[in-house]
Amino acid sequence: MTAMQPRSGGLDVARIRRDFPIFARPVQGKRLVFLDSAASAQKPRSVIDAERHVYEAEYANVHRGVYWLSQRATEAYEGAREKVREFLNAAAAREIVFLRGATEGINLVAQTYGRRFLGPGDEVVVTQVEHHSNIVPWQMLREEKGIVLKVAPVDDSGELDLEAFERLLGPRTKLVSIAHVANALGSVMPVEEVIRLAKTRGIAVLLDGCQAVPHMPVDVRGLDCDFYVFSGHKLYGPTGIGVLYGRAHLLQAMPPWQGGGDMIRSVTFEKTEYNELPWKFEAGTPNIAGTIGLGAAIDYVRSIGYEAIQVQEREILAYAVRELAKINSLRLIGQPRHRSGVISFALGGVHPHDVGTILDHDGICVRAGHHCAQPTMDRFGVPATVRASFGIYNDRDDVDALVAGLRKVQEVFGL
Amino acid sequence: MNELRDLYQEVILDHYRHPRNFGPLPEASHHAEGHNPVCGDRLTLFLIMEGDRVADVKFEGAGCAISTASASLMTEAIKGKSEAEVRALFEHFHTGLTTPDEAAATEALADLDKLAVLGGVRAFPIRVKCATLPWRTLAAALDRAQAPVQTE
Repeated sequence: MTAMQPRSGGLDVARIRRDFPIFARPVQGKRLVFLDSAASAQKPRSVIDAERHVYEAEYANVHRGVYWLSQRATEAYEGAREKVREFLNAAAAREIVFLRGATEGINLVAQTYGRRFLGPGDEVVVTQVEHHSNIVPWQMLREEKGIVLKVAPVDDSGELDLEAFERLLGPRTKLVSIAHVANALGSVMPVEEVIRLAKTRGIAVLLDGCQAVPHMPVDVRGLDCDFYVFSGHKLYGPTGIGVLYGRAHLLQAMPPWQGGGDMIRSVTFEKTEYNELPWKFEAGTPNIAGTIGLGAAIDYVRSIGYEAIQVQEREILAYAVRELAKINSLRLIGQPRHRSGVISFALGGVHPHDVGTILDHDGICVRAGHHCAQPTMDRFGVPATVRASFGIYNDRDDVDALVAGLRKVQEVFGL
Repeated sequence: MNELRDLYQEVILDHYRHPRNFGPLPEASHHAEGHNPVCGDRLTLFLIMEGDRVADVKFEGAGCAISTASASLMTEAIKGKSEAEVRALFEHFHTGLTTPDEAAATEALADLDKLAVLGGVRAFPIRVKCATLPWRTLAAALDRAQAPVQTE
């Protein structure tokens, strides 16, 4: 263990850890070494308090009541929308749709934009390293509408082959839908080039930003993407809340998705008029407390600042890659030049689940499996990997604990 | 470390590195596939039944140490046994790994001979499905089930 590490990179990690109540107590009698933030991040007290405050002091349904409490809840709910707008640098709050998560966002685009504007033979391009949530919705659309799903390859380092990607773009390509950061490998995709290549051909672009927003500032207008989705729970926010950003004119042209309350302006049995953006896509009582909690998570991340977050992350990823490389028989799966948040690896002939069990025994939480990205596993010829992923509360001690745990795996398996 | 040593005993590691009865069995009379979608473990189990008895058994696939060793040990344990004996063995095995009643578990494991080395899985409830996947696949093969077995 490194003895002195009060500050690491740009962050005072010890202070940040104190903001997260879960680190205050041992887990199964051991110091919690949480290296699974790419699956879901831990929550700072401010997020937990924000949700509690909603229920204790400001709770009522939104967009409905004439009474003060409902107006107060509506202001807080719509205030969170404005925070997300600013966070993504969207042009208007009506371009921000609250949903359950990124998965729901991609499904919404497939089921509304896709159904309305894509027909038989039209092509959607994804990459080889997408999360299942950016594969299956398009396969469902393929079954329904006869679209064609094309897959852009990545090279052995886990980076997108841009030339091959460009060759896939043809006259029938209508949409490019790719991860901003690949969840199983940590590759930061060259989204600027991808968007430029798509835009010159008039192709719409959706970015899955789940693994990007916890680690880097995102500017949807600077990127010039058409859709951007992310989940709150990976950004230190609550579960069950996510965001779809869409350009206003596209969202307007898209039919509503689910029908119900809040998404309508007037209803008779003969005819229903739909509500304006963004509420057209928010049928039913929304996740009010979760949305306000997401606003608190954004406040928290911005109070720390992406500059410091990125300095810290570069430092810890470099340290982790360096230390892991010292372990005999450890093979990194994907070695992208631009890596964010995630390190995937295989250890000798030991199955990732066995690695995960032995690490868990020392309070070390890693993901072991296919990471909802089975095509990525196929690409690299492994059934599964061990994935260590990092958040703002991780420091060198966590890396050292991981390395010590992996040495124990070697000891148990006689490697 | 003791719990880990109980889980990853030398016999288990040996069967993981050198699984017995591993490979295809083209003349199989029964077969079934097992899949653990969470970790991606897959195995195919082949049986030759002569009347009521397991005349031969083999398996193929890739999985963790627990599921591979369990499959390997299972093939050794069931060869020559009747279907009823095999099903009883699975029941004892399952009880031994899952019952909260320590005494019942010890008793069940005592009837299992070599299979008892998997008793360490008891302390790791998340891994029970790894150990039982081969057995559930075996049951499916005996039932001549069509759909692949899944742990989830």
